[in-house]
Amino acid sequence: MTDGRPGYRGHRPILVFAALAITLVAAACGGDFPQSSLRPQSDVAREIDSLFRGIFWWAMGVLVVVEGALVVAIIRFRERPGAEKPKPVHGNTALEIAWTLAPALILIFIGVPTMITLWRVDRPPPSSDIRVEVIGHQWWWEFNYPDLGVTTANELHVPVGKTVDLRLKSADVVHSFWFPRVAGKRDLVPGTENQLWFTPDSVGVYPGQCAEFCGTSHALMGMLLFVDTPEEFERWAAREASPQESGAEPRPSDDPSVLAGREVFFGAGGCISCHAIRGTPAAGILGPDLTHVGSRSTIAAGVLDNTPDNLVRWINEPHDVKPGNLMLDMGLSDEQARQVSAYLLSLE
Amino acid sequence: MTTGGTYAGGIWSWITTVDHKRIGILYFVSSLVFFLVGGIEAMFIRLQLATPENTVLSAQAYNQLFTMHGVTMLLFAVMPMSAAFFNFIVPLQIGARDVAFPRLNAFSYWLFLFGALFLNSSFFLGGAPDVGWFAYANLTSSQFSPGHGVDFYILGLALAGAGSIVAALNFIVTIINLRAPGMTFMRLPLFTWMTFVVSFLIILAFPPFTISTVFLLFDRMFGTLFFEPAGGGDPRLWQHLFWIFGHPEVYILILPAFGIISDVIPTFSRKPLFGYPVVVYSGVLIAFLGFGVWAHHMFAVGLGPVATSAFSGLTMLIAIPTGVKIFNWIATMWGGALRFRSAMLFSIGLVAMFVIGGLSGVMHSSAPADLQQTDTYFVVAHFHYVLFGGSILGLFAGVYYWFPKVTGRFLNERLGAVHFWLMFLGLNLTFFPMHFAGLHGQPRRTFTYPAGLGFEGFNMVSTVGAVVTFLAVLVFLVNLVRSLRTAPTAEANPWEASTLEWSISSPPPPHNFDHTPEVTSRDPLWHDGIAPPPPGEEEFHMPNPSFWPLVVAGGLLLVMAGALVGLPLVLLGVAVTLVGIYGWSFEPIH
Repeated sequence: MTDGRPGYRGHRPILVFAALAITLVAAACGGDFPQSSLRPQSDVAREIDSLFRGIFWWAMGVLVVVEGALVVAIIRFRERPGAEKPKPVHGNTALEIAWTLAPALILIFIGVPTMITLWRVDRPPPSSDIRVEVIGHQWWWEFNYPDLGVTTANELHVPVGKTVDLRLKSADVVHSFWFPRVAGKRDLVPGTENQLWFTPDSVGVYPGQCAEFCGTSHALMGMLLFVDTPEEFERWAAREASPQESGAEPRPSDDPSVLAGREVFFGAGGCISCHAIRGTPAAGILGPDLTHVGSRSTIAAGVLDNTPDNLVRWINEPHDVKPGNLMLDMGLSDEQARQVSAYLLSLE
Repeated sequence: MTTGGTYAGGIWSWITTVDHKRIGILYFVSSLVFFLVGGIEAMFIRLQLATPENTVLSAQAYNQLFTMHGVTMLLFAVMPMSAAFFNFIVPLQIGARDVAFPRLNAFSYWLFLFGALFLNSSFFLGGAPDVGWFAYANLTSSQFSPGHGVDFYILGLALAGAGSIVAALNFIVTIINLRAPGMTFMRLPLFTWMTFVVSFLIILAFPPFTISTVFLLFDRMFGTLFFEPAGGGDPRLWQHLFWIFGHPEVYILILPAFGIISDVIPTFSRKPLFGYPVVVYSGVLIAFLGFGVWAHHMFAVGLGPVATSAFSGLTMLIAIPTGVKIFNWIATMWGGALRFRSAMLFSIGLVAMFVIGGLSGVMHSSAPADLQQTDTYFVVAHFHYVLFGGSILGLFAGVYYWFPKVTGRFLNERLGAVHFWLMFLGLNLTFFPMHFAGLHGQPRRTFTYPAGLGFEGFNMVSTVGAVVTFLAVLVFLVNLVRSLRTAPTAEANPWEASTLEWSISSPPPPHNFDHTPEVTSRDPLWHDGIAPPPPGEEEFHMPNPSFWPLVVAGGLLLVMAGALVGLPLVLLGVAVTLVGIYGWSFEPIH
């Protein structure tokens, strides 16, 4: 036995720890966090954020009191040589009632705002200015605007100040729709339809991604939210609604590789077995609709910027870019891939 | 004073043992190995996430590792390490000579071991499950998970889960029936109380999980449609059944640690536990409430505001009994004479860390706030404060506390302090930044993340913290090996503790107590609370070693393997099981 040997050697470890913690907190509050839930840009996200901040400060209060009491006990009641034997206190009814009631009271201050926010957020949308059907696929997003005749993928455009009414479905497994800047998560469950709404209040581009594990490339199921001015949105919607081509003839192009790429797309590439381009014979339904794909800023569900080189990479090495996904490597030559890439980028 | 026990005997004596103490040691060694396996899996995860768009692991490998990290840590490390203490300590604390069903106890151990080994063998047999420990339908269907990983998950957990249920029943019977005279329920040491509560949680929580895995097995192997939306099934059914198990499972993991520190803190404060009845009742209440909150894991599923309100409110209520426990531990220390031995350091560490995990838990209980937090690193931070800061620190407190009782030797206190502080630093460095990463939008279960979202710094700090934590575990292993090579010098009650296990020699003799003690007080060793034994030798009978539990468990293992290999192996397994049960039933008792 080693009675009396102190296992406790001052408060230095605690001080080091506190210094580290403060540095970390300072680093965590500054900086640019484009996907942060703490930078709300819609009515719903702001409600949730202010609810969270209220709870956060209650929690901080409790944390300080409890950890403080613990530290005081550690310092004050160390065993000292020659001290009296501690009194064998078995309890104290008044104290125990007090510290049962105290958390209960605090919970009222947390529970009431929770219920108020819950019933405001979790209800049918107050209006349906923009209706969008969202369909989750492994691992990309399909967005249909039934009132506008628009179908697109991975990039959701909405006008600022309008209430967006989303109907969420899944084509395969459970996914979760999450743009932290404008709303909390809502799952896309196969066999059911879920609903989510928000009213964005600031123009901008906000990243989001799938938040329910949905298989191999769950991490690569990103998306972008474009909150446009009303004019921008109208222009975008009008363009997206228009078919890419009218009639069976390809649109003329100055660039011969665009026409060659179109040949490959509709022929040897086999692209049309999965992809659609409205106004052309391409009417595949397994992959994203590529109508106006040239005007999108990213491809492969937010994984790559929409550039000629990235398109070539995506066409030639789809499984390096996104492991396990359904896009087939059609074995195109580099030249063919370049041509298809030029054709797709011409689809503005 | 009884004469001390030894653990003499070869490997056969361990294979056939039905001694609760040896089975406890088997549980401990096995769970420690799986703790290291789960830790190495965590290190790979942190290496991959150290920098954005890292390529240490492929997506497939990452998904297998995060799945197996969860399964291994929860079911093959923390639960069996708790079981190690149930086995070794509970009979000693209640003044019994063994558990009620010693052979069944061995059977539980073999089922756990075979289940864990079977599931881990999938790494070498075509790939481990890669669908998360929660294995949400319908990602687990044969369409979306065509490999055998999910089958290994179902069959391995069926074995281990059966072992847990059998063990839990055994402990319930033991604690109800084998208490020494005078050891009333309100005199039970807190660790035994929490074992009792957790055993009920296990027998009530595991069957729903077993049912859901059987449904899944039928979906995958026989074409039923329980979770298949195209056939009228519903993937949400899995989520409900899973969390009806999964949430009580959290309390199965934490309550033993609460029990441990409720014994350790009074010992090293030289004061009885403050508010003993309240600490007991709050543990029971946590367990009850734990069955009514499962859907707080599903707030994003779209349950509607009525159900969401109910589960949100019930979840908040859990904060009350939990808070009461924390206050009672601090009040136990208040006015005491605190000795900061390693066991005490880990216990205080638990209190300090669990408060953080509990408070982030209150944040999740608020359903609208949780819609932002669920499935992000904020949740990862929360449950690691609960399960690492809580369960793991508590179990280490138990290791340092009972090591002299189990082995007759001491773990080195200086290395113990180094172990504690490194682990305290490491776990905070690892898990604290995850709060920020999650709130700033980093989802969990992702094998990579892009640069530019601001996650880089948090993840790098977490990875550094993981390395520090790993070093702390190495320090513990060094301490363990060094201590086992020292001479056994521990007396019966080196910590001057109050409970019955400290009244007998360290390590205890095979029959534990020469005379069944008669208890007259809640802290018997502090208040002359053991009546003087009657004169003369006490007659008792100890059970014989038996290999039949191993045979039955082995037969069931063959059945599970046969489910993947073919019908002949299943039939062989059934035959072995039946022979084993026959041999077990007619084994002569001398």
